Amino acid sequence: MTATPTEAAAIIGLEGLSRDFQRPPVLAERLLALLGRKALPPVLKAVTDVDLAIRRGEVLGLVGESGCGKSTLGRMVSGILPPTRGRVTFDGHAVATLAGRDKLAYVLGVQMIFQDPYASLNPRQKVGDIIAEPLKVHHMAAGRREVVERVDRALAEVGLDPSYKERYPHQFSGGQRQRIGIARAFIVNPRFLVCDEPIAALDVSIQAQVINLFMDLRDRHGLTYLFISHDLSVVRHIADRVAIMYLGRLVEIAPAAELFARPAHPYTRALLAEIPSIKRRRRKFQPVQGELPSPLDPPPGCAFHPRCPFAIDRCRKERPALQPIAANRQSACHLNDQI
Amino acid sequence: MSGTLLEVRGLRTVFHFLEGAYPAVDGISFTMRPGEVLGLVGESGSGKSVAGLSLIGLIDPPGEVVEGAVLFKGRDLRTLGEPALRQLRGKEIAMIFQDSLAALNPVLTVSEQMVEAIREHADVPLAAARERVIAALRQVGITSPETRIDQYPHEFSGGMRQRVAIATALLNRPDLIIADEPTTALDVTIQGQILAEMQTLARETGTALIWITHDLGVVSELADRVAVMYAGRIVEIGGIDDVLDRPRHPYTRGLLDSIPAENAPGSRLRQIDGTAPSLAARPVGCAFRLRCQRAEPLCAEREPDVTEGPGGQSWRCHHPIPGGNQP
Repeated sequence: MTATPTEAAAIIGLEGLSRDFQRPPVLAERLLALLGRKALPPVLKAVTDVDLAIRRGEVLGLVGESGCGKSTLGRMVSGILPPTRGRVTFDGHAVATLAGRDKLAYVLGVQMIFQDPYASLNPRQKVGDIIAEPLKVHHMAAGRREVVERVDRALAEVGLDPSYKERYPHQFSGGQRQRIGIARAFIVNPRFLVCDEPIAALDVSIQAQVINLFMDLRDRHGLTYLFISHDLSVVRHIADRVAIMYLGRLVEIAPAAELFARPAHPYTRALLAEIPSIKRRRRKFQPVQGELPSPLDPPPGCAFHPRCPFAIDRCRKERPALQPIAANRQSACHLNDQI
Repeated sequence: MSGTLLEVRGLRTVFHFLEGAYPAVDGISFTMRPGEVLGLVGESGSGKSVAGLSLIGLIDPPGEVVEGAVLFKGRDLRTLGEPALRQLRGKEIAMIFQDSLAALNPVLTVSEQMVEAIREHADVPLAAARERVIAALRQVGITSPETRIDQYPHEFSGGMRQRVAIATALLNRPDLIIADEPTTALDVTIQGQILAEMQTLARETGTALIWITHDLGVVSELADRVAVMYAGRIVEIGGIDDVLDRPRHPYTRGLLDSIPAENAPGSRLRQIDGTAPSLAARPVGCAFRLRCQRAEPLCAEREPDVTEGPGGQSWRCHHPIPGGNQP
């Protein structure tokens, strides 16, 4: 149980992390299989070979389009979904081998905030009971009085009045519900939050409030975030480092300031060019062509090559590895040093 | 390309509940020229979608358009009656919705529903209608439309479905398209493609666009003019440069300031405190006053009237931001 120095700096480590999905075979496929024919359902590779270390205290932004596997990755980090291959480490120890108190430290230490504040709260429970549930499940409070005290503290922490705990979720706006979800995650004193599109469902003026709340909580408690979003302008604001994901693989990792100043991967460039900006007026749009390919049938070579304006012959045959291109920067492109 | 295509005057739409009637759209007025792109911006509950539906008489009970006029090419659509409105919808005015899967009929092929949209309004032979559908699909960037035309909506991706909806809206060369959050559910690279196509098509066909959205960035890149809605009213309207560079209403200023890109990375965002009032709980006086840092006693007493500024910019505020500079 000793950790190497580089691992020690990381609170969460991902090593060759992969996740496949395969639907159960239908009757015809089972019959064909009995006859010795190969007719298994196709394998969907949602996440493939992700290596990543998330350092203590940093905000890592994970960006990609829908279907790229970013939520699947987040769910593996938080332990909701077991990986098919590879492993997640917590403080340098493989999560799958943890037991007893070490396992509890991970289960409580890594909490998740969900996108949909309407679906993630039980509509028939009072807000106070929703927030208190983790304390009860894990026997973390000495008695009723401590439960009440901690619920009140968690509500205050997210900027809600303690009197709200007698109400039901439907009595709150989307922004307030997201605060309730954050309070529920927060009550077990986590060190690491997986935030999966936490502001995507909120109104513009409410988004700013919740982003500010995330930044305040981090300042007050030294939290580490995996902040999953499709919105680059939000990630630019909140993240220290950014990882860009395309069709299940990471294609670029860089400190936020450098990524936005000098994106390396052609996909990152295309994403950056499409951030709507109030500075641009009556723009002449020149978007990247094509759509995200199906993960059931990924293109050979570099997955981005059918949409890439720079693609050469090699890109169609050979997949580029994610490799260092500068200090703290990695990119997966054959033309890293040319474009 | 001169004159007025659409003039909306004092449009008011209420929703009847047991407790009374609440105005979702509370007296909005604006005009549009042919070929113009108007961004209609607001948060959820601001009345922007209801406003779009009210224009073409698509409000069902318990909602009701109770006041105002919608003058489209000189005719008041509110007095036109349902049969004439049916003829107009899809022909002269088309609508695109956010959820294209819900907007398309799942049990009809793309060809069947698009051909119907043509033949509903004109006596066109089937083969000719199919040709027009194929041409329209090609125009919005759908590859091999000859084969895709006979597929069902579920066989298309979200971006492709929205293109089908756009192609359907364009079929009869309408003078006006009302697009309600048409790219909100799409990924940024697909949103860029759709925006590019809408912009080109609007320019080529001279179609005017009302683009309903919560995203000021999209409006900035697409629109000629912008109207900002809050609690059922247009609180500020004007040319895109005037409103975004020199907003006079504190709500517009607040929306612009809270955009992450307008703040230094890692800094606290300048947020608008509080939440928008619900339909049933609008405060008296200015609806924004409880969230407004410029509010004074007058704002609680009296609803602000429209103030006309230079260059067609107007706002509803007792204490507008002077000259549009930061307060």
